[in-house]
Amino acid sequence: MSLRADARALPGVSGPKLAVWWFLASEIMVFGGLIASYLVFRLGGTGWAESAHHLSMPLAAVNTLVLLSSSYTIVRAWVAAEAGEGRALRLNLALTILGGLVFLGLKAVEYTTEIAAGLTPGAGIFWSFYYTMTGLHGLHVLGGVVVNVVVLATARASLARPHRVELAGLYWHFVDVVWIFLFPMLYLS
Amino acid sequence: MPSLLDWLAWLPENASTYGADIDGIIAIIWYTTVAWFLLCFAALGAFLVLYRRRPGRRAAYVKGERIREAVWILVPVAIVLVLDLWLDVLGAPVWARVKIDRPPTELTLQVTGRQFNWDVVHPGPDGRFGTEDDRQFLDELHVPVSRPVRIVLRSKDVIHSFFLPNFRLKQDAVPGREITGWFEATRPGTYELPCAMLCGFGHSGMKAYLHVHAQADYDAWVRSQWP
Amino acid sequence: MAVTTAAHPAVGHAAHAPTGFWRTCVFSTDHKIIARQYLALGVAWALAGGLLAGAMRWQLAWPDTAIPLLGEIGPDTYNMMVTMHGTIMVFFVAMPILLGAFGNFLIPLMIGARDMVFPRLNALSVWTFAAASAVMLASFFVPGGAASAGWTGYPPLSARVEYTGVEWGLNLWILALALEFASFLMGGVNYLTTAMTLRAPGLTLFRMPLVVWQQLVAAMLFLLSVGPLVAGAVMLLLDRTLGTAFYAPEMGGDPLLWQHLFWFFGHPEVYVVLLPALGFVLEVLPVFSRKPVFGYRWIVWATVVAGALSFIVWAHHMFISGMDPRLAMPFSVTTILISVPFAYIVFAMIATLWRGSIGFEPPMLWALGFLTMFIVGGLTGIFNGSAPADVYINNTYFVVAHFHYTLFSAVFFGGFTGVYFWFPKMFGRMLGPRLGHLHFWLTLICFNVTFFPQHHLGLAGMVRRVANPLQYDALVPLQGLNVVSTWGAIGLLVAQAVFVANVVVSLLAGRRAPANPWQANTLEWTAPSPPPHLNWGRDEPVVHRGPYEYSLPGAVDDWLPQDRPPARAGRRPGTT
Repeated sequence: MSLRADARALPGVSGPKLAVWWFLASEIMVFGGLIASYLVFRLGGTGWAESAHHLSMPLAAVNTLVLLSSSYTIVRAWVAAEAGEGRALRLNLALTILGGLVFLGLKAVEYTTEIAAGLTPGAGIFWSFYYTMTGLHGLHVLGGVVVNVVVLATARASLARPHRVELAGLYWHFVDVVWIFLFPMLYLS
Repeated sequence: MPSLLDWLAWLPENASTYGADIDGIIAIIWYTTVAWFLLCFAALGAFLVLYRRRPGRRAAYVKGERIREAVWILVPVAIVLVLDLWLDVLGAPVWARVKIDRPPTELTLQVTGRQFNWDVVHPGPDGRFGTEDDRQFLDELHVPVSRPVRIVLRSKDVIHSFFLPNFRLKQDAVPGREITGWFEATRPGTYELPCAMLCGFGHSGMKAYLHVHAQADYDAWVRSQWP
Repeated sequence: MAVTTAAHPAVGHAAHAPTGFWRTCVFSTDHKIIARQYLALGVAWALAGGLLAGAMRWQLAWPDTAIPLLGEIGPDTYNMMVTMHGTIMVFFVAMPILLGAFGNFLIPLMIGARDMVFPRLNALSVWTFAAASAVMLASFFVPGGAASAGWTGYPPLSARVEYTGVEWGLNLWILALALEFASFLMGGVNYLTTAMTLRAPGLTLFRMPLVVWQQLVAAMLFLLSVGPLVAGAVMLLLDRTLGTAFYAPEMGGDPLLWQHLFWFFGHPEVYVVLLPALGFVLEVLPVFSRKPVFGYRWIVWATVVAGALSFIVWAHHMFISGMDPRLAMPFSVTTILISVPFAYIVFAMIATLWRGSIGFEPPMLWALGFLTMFIVGGLTGIFNGSAPADVYINNTYFVVAHFHYTLFSAVFFGGFTGVYFWFPKMFGRMLGPRLGHLHFWLTLICFNVTFFPQHHLGLAGMVRRVANPLQYDALVPLQGLNVVSTWGAIGLLVAQAVFVANVVVSLLAGRRAPANPWQANTLEWTAPSPPPHLNWGRDEPVVHRGPYEYSLPGAVDDWLPQDRPPARAGRRPGTT
């Protein structure tokens, strides 16, 4: 055990990174609770596939691609920040934010189409789960967009301390991974 | 009132076949926990008296981490573990008898809880539900003694709970489900049946009565209901 | 040998400590001020929760008579009191006091840090809790009244307005709890990251005081268990407001879903409340026995095992809920297993006293009160954990007695252990010992008078959440017990006035506290009483040993602080 005053408990892991991981652990349990509940219902019930049929698989597939690409661009942003490349940082952050906004926009299109067809959250148990899971996820996407906007707006600080971009990216990947679970569970079966 | 020191004496009069089994489990737990209670409090009391601060006497530097020292606690803990598992070994067949295995019955009653009553449907002499001789009762069940009776629990609105203290039976009634329970009375009498789950402002006082009749009296009751 | 460091960003600002009322008292980022804010909020809610309990007990003893200050109350109001008493005590008293106040105050001081690693997040957490408090308070005053579906909030009763008649009261209840969860999530992340990154040089994990271990495991339990309930609470709010189907069987939903989600959190939650109290007692017992705690490492492992087990016992709250009865025995086994690590800890506490040199100052009395009352509560847990026994005692007053013997022990006996022990450090004054003794004995006696008879009432078949026991034939002859219990409760409330008087007098005119009035080893006692902003002066502590080196053979003193340098050759140990 080092006697240096700032000795770290876990070498290479900073305080803020640890904090983000603990935060993500609790978030995993929130979505885990929702997903586990959905699975228990789905495995025990009938008529789910029929309800799911009304969802727009193409729109969701596009959304999946968009979100995956934005995870790629935020990694590029972090690489750029580490290398001190301001332009690449700003560009990639902007693309990531754009991806998030496109995702939310397409989601809004989906929701309005479904609600117009009378498929509201109260239309049945499948729809209750669909809106709650994608809605909560959407709120997290919105939160991530806000964080990324802040990181972009303070790009000079981000160049000086690239771990800010890394942490924003960590959260953004989490949001992406949750969608990777939701997409097949809701749309592909 | 019974003595406050004898918890088992506070259980109400048992009137069911499996009630004695449940009371038996409660009793075993009671004796075991009283033994541990006395042991812990005796040790605690002794140490507090023997080792109170006195001038000139210093505490012993005992860390309790080496096995030689830790064993004084590990052995009692192992005993706790064995006793705990033994309790579950004894308890499993009792649970199965009450909640899983159901003996064949001639009489089934449909009991539906709602805010704030129990609606009881008796199938009538033909023994089948959905026929003309079904009769609905409000807050009362009538059964013969010494015959297993099945109850099918439903709820119209919120969760209620079917509780027969004298039979040691409790089962929640959940809307959207049909949950089956059973009991067999060992003596005639009238027994209180409180609702045991918070179900709204009328929860307090929501109760039914179970009337257990000697066989002859039950037959007479049936004749009076279905002339 | 102390070390000067610029590792913590706050140190550079030592010369610029915040001034002014708003920065120092209201929006402070100093963990000690934030601790006081949590304490103040928790104590205020304790008064509310206690008065609610007093009103409930009055109604139970003398049903349908006028309650002082409230008049006659109907059963719907009674249900609101039951609900809010439970919710307030668990979420707005136990958590802010045991975790928020003591965790915040003690963790940085005990690990030799100048503050939490995220001071502004810390301030945000207490202000989020204040917001949660405001929302919960508001729920009392909206049309329809406060939540009345029990602190457990089972649907469908809680999911449709028409079943309770309560609309905004329950919606605000859910929102307040969501804010409370957010507050403690922030706090938990802060505690864990601080303890993992800001420990003083030489302070390895196994040299941390047990208080810190217990706070950390509690934080982890909370972080990992609250998620499913957040999901469930969102679902409940949506059922109530958007007409979703989660808990509505007529639409394909299932009321039991809530119970699983609630108790998956609910069971770890009771340990979130218990562990800090265990920590305080495990700290006080060695100090007042002047010997090491018995089996430090074993206690740490027992705590971790208990924490892990707490995630797989939840359905013992649901034995007769209608879930598949074949699940009962597995959960009965895991439940009975969880008594094993706690048995270890209780035995270790008793063993700590063996061959000690025991002083009976107030902190020690409260610690012994915890130990004795928790043993009773823990033993009655065995009855509840056995599925066949639980068929009978579920939802009766036996359960109420059980959880009050465990939770009251944790929150009040454990909490007062902490208060009486660390009051000198927090406020710079000693609490009057004679009033402390009086407070303890009155509380201990009245607590037992209140709750011991509830075991008997439960065994006799008295069900929970009933406003009038006299409506049940079996309970009419036993009403005397309800009256006795109520007298105990009134006494319990009145006894707390002794504490309030003690605090007021001590804060105004109590003996000024030295840095280390108890001659204890842990790092907080090396700072002044109370510690200044940034806790220590120029030099932070450096740690050379564990926290429980009391009565070391050959040492002059019967205590040896963690930060005292090791003896140089030629000098007697124990001298600098």
